Amino acid sequence: MLKYLAKRILYVMPVAFGVSLFCFLLVHIAPGDPLTSVLPPDASQAMQDELRKIYGFDRPLPVQFGLWLMKALQGDLGTSIATGRPVAAEVWRAVGNTLLIAGLATVIGFLFGCLFGFVAGYFRGSYLDKFASMLAVLGVSVPHYWLGMVMVIVFSVQLGWLPPGGAGPGGSAAWIWNWEHVSYMILPAITMSVIPMGIIARTVRALVADILNQEFVPALRAKGLMDFGVFKHVVKNAAPTALAVMGLQLGYLLGGSILIETVFSWPGTGFLLGNAIFQRDLPLLQGTILLLAMFFVGLNVLVDILQGLLDPRVRRR
Amino acid sequence: MTAITEGSAALVVPPLAKSPGYWAGVWRRFKKDKVAVGAGLVVLAIILMAVFADYVAPADPTRSSMLRRLRPIGTPGYPLGADELGRDMLSRLIHGARLSLFMGVVPVFVAFVVGSVIGIAAGFFGGKFNTITMRTVDVFYAFPSVLLAIALSGALGAGITNSLLSLTIVFIPPIARIAESVTTQVRGMDYVEAARASGANALTIIRVHVLGNVLGPIFVYATSLISVSMILASGLSFLGLGNKPPTPEWGLMLNTLRTAIYVQPWVAALPGAAIFITSISFNLLSDGLRSAMDVKG
Amino acid sequence: MTLETHPDRGGAGTPLLQAKTLTKHFPLGGGAVVRAVDGVDFAVMKGETLGVVGESGCGKSTTARVVMQLLPQDKGEMLFDGEIVGGQALTLKEYRRQAQMVFQDSYASLNPRLTIEDSIAFGPTVHGVSKAAAILKARDLLQRVGLDPARFAARYPHELSGGQRQRVNIARALALGPRLVILDEAVSALDKSVEAQVLNLLADLREEFGLTYIFISHDLNVVRFISDRVMVMYLGEVVEIGPVEELYGDPRHPYTKALLSAMPSMDPDNRTMEAPLAGDPPNPINPPEGCRFHPRCPHAQTVCAKVKPILATMGDGVRQAACHMQVPGSGHSHAPALEAAA
Repeated sequence: MLKYLAKRILYVMPVAFGVSLFCFLLVHIAPGDPLTSVLPPDASQAMQDELRKIYGFDRPLPVQFGLWLMKALQGDLGTSIATGRPVAAEVWRAVGNTLLIAGLATVIGFLFGCLFGFVAGYFRGSYLDKFASMLAVLGVSVPHYWLGMVMVIVFSVQLGWLPPGGAGPGGSAAWIWNWEHVSYMILPAITMSVIPMGIIARTVRALVADILNQEFVPALRAKGLMDFGVFKHVVKNAAPTALAVMGLQLGYLLGGSILIETVFSWPGTGFLLGNAIFQRDLPLLQGTILLLAMFFVGLNVLVDILQGLLDPRVRRR
Repeated sequence: MTAITEGSAALVVPPLAKSPGYWAGVWRRFKKDKVAVGAGLVVLAIILMAVFADYVAPADPTRSSMLRRLRPIGTPGYPLGADELGRDMLSRLIHGARLSLFMGVVPVFVAFVVGSVIGIAAGFFGGKFNTITMRTVDVFYAFPSVLLAIALSGALGAGITNSLLSLTIVFIPPIARIAESVTTQVRGMDYVEAARASGANALTIIRVHVLGNVLGPIFVYATSLISVSMILASGLSFLGLGNKPPTPEWGLMLNTLRTAIYVQPWVAALPGAAIFITSISFNLLSDGLRSAMDVKG
Repeated sequence: MTLETHPDRGGAGTPLLQAKTLTKHFPLGGGAVVRAVDGVDFAVMKGETLGVVGESGCGKSTTARVVMQLLPQDKGEMLFDGEIVGGQALTLKEYRRQAQMVFQDSYASLNPRLTIEDSIAFGPTVHGVSKAAAILKARDLLQRVGLDPARFAARYPHELSGGQRQRVNIARALALGPRLVILDEAVSALDKSVEAQVLNLLADLREEFGLTYIFISHDLNVVRFISDRVMVMYLGEVVEIGPVEELYGDPRHPYTKALLSAMPSMDPDNRTMEAPLAGDPPNPINPPEGCRFHPRCPHAQTVCAKVKPILATMGDGVRQAACHMQVPGSGHSHAPALEAAA
């Protein structure tokens, strides 16, 4: 197991390095001098040169990358141009908010995805199966930001049941765990849950169909085990894979939440990214993406390790 | 062993009735799949609508009228209502199909070509080249596709060209990965070994024996990305990173109509419905192709 | 453009193919090495059929692929009609016109997207024959392997039976006019009745085109039917070579004896191929010291665990075996006395 752990971590190091390099280069693929984004429009040549030195833009690119990486490893992601505050602090605050609804969305998506997938797999070929499969296709085909708009139209504008956006009366800073605040989470979380729901339903359907096809299931039935016994058996065998898919989906949601957060003005990373793009705040853009991607990479490793713990066969791959 | 002698151009090969080939079988299976045929017809209709938008659309999609802003669906002369600048929604949706389809299909097509070349080369030649390519692909896999598209677009700046470029970069790694894995499988087949044993060089083997067997599965996978590409492209426009007004495009229309949801909610939701219908049709068509072409996975 | 016939350069006395200490190792992770082929020496004379037998994992198929140069050898060299394969006088591409191979899996060895005639014609076009000439050649070959070109030439592989496909593969191998054909379990996947037909076809073609075969199979009956001489392999090494009837009638190596005693009868109902002996199954990753067969050998003695036996030529000059019991003075109690051999 330790060997497997070490192997996984060793394998992820170059990926993490590549991800950092990509994020570093983001600022440099941006059109124009990266300096222009931090300069006042009327900066003199002398001031430009001085700032170039301060930011290290006069050094060769690999050196710049080295310096940037060292700082990033110490938690220094630079300073936001728009607010003047450290990027790391801004992103951390937003990550918490995003995790809140992404987590809720994953739970909702997982529960309903499992339900649909299980029903579809158990009653293969029936209308229930076709219906569930159709839902899965709908889930991957729907533009989520549009679904968010429709949710707002139905539940806020037309019915007036839930607030259309934001994070409560005082914003995320004044968050309290009461219904008034929680009601702001519901629409974005449900909208977001559609993304993993379809994929989890597909996975679970395939798993259940597979397990039911194995030879020992008729044997279990023949031995007089009631359907509940078969059900327990299926759950036990399908759970590790389903959980792994769920873990990965949480990762996707962290990245995929951007558009949905924009629709609901939810103050998470997506919203932050939207602002960074709007104001061309490149350090903020870079920092947010680096953190989200690293989170995704870390989650992948975690899922692999958990799977290795649950299922010894995985370790031998 | 006798020699094979060629009598200049005088050789006549008597034609033989060919067996119905692979593609005939694909077409036969595809025709039976009602859902896929239906989805294919919808896609075809949308494409025709985009191509002949000038003739199909009842009005000029850019002519605005301050007097007729945000009319509901069913207003005389405005069958699908009017947008926030009083422009005819139906005409804008029809014209919007052009750019929306373009931005959905072009990045996938370019990525299909580039990704296939990279993946087939990596799969066929293996070794260090394969390792380096696939490790690079792994790096891109560390980004959820939405995040990657927004990161690239955000850094490059707004504009259609930049959006197309970002989306192309987003789709190259997954296509390259599929191409690599299919090619690795085909490379291990005995008919490729037999071709090597007959003294053919790598390019000839790829052209005659590999391409025909790998392009199908890669193509099917690429078609499944068109729907993703459409959603992402409109998403970028929705964030203000893609198309610029006044050119109609579904994502941007959704963006500019966002504030109108309190006045004409269903008019505001129309462009999204158009994206949804197109995207689901492409997905169902792709699923149908997958089973008709008997591609596993 | 013509595909010239290949002149017999070295004369009848020169072997068509001579393999010298051919070695192929596959590195595994963690420093382990699969010694698939470990210093194999043999010769194939012109016009003969050399059968190669052994259990699965003994290195038969790897040997075939190295001989075909689909895998480069790690050590050793091959002479084809006296010329070094891949050297100045005989380039790899030229060698591949003169040596061809038929694989076991008849379906996997045909490109599913090409018609039968296109598959057969591919080789000649690679060597500069025009498409039209290659197609005509392909149809002629189909006729010769017993498939009516009018019916089969334009078909696709999945429309043919296993036996028909294997005939196509044989035609494809012959399209370049080779002198040596390597048949790697070429009839093993076929039904018994079809197998017999294909074996007869192979024997006929050998006469018609003056071919030399290397015939690899795990089926000892089939090898006996078609071969002139037989080579027995065990864990990547040659343990015995000899003329077919002498080897089958009087095996010299204990492994050959064990193989033959486990040989199924000609009765097709009880054909099985199980490991002929008790003891650890052969593992080419960690082959035993000394004689590789000694852990399973009923006659093993101290010398067998310590000294690796060489492939020694017997008194009659045509048979070779790698066993201490056959070498005078080897230190094995069953070895012939020194004087007797001298």
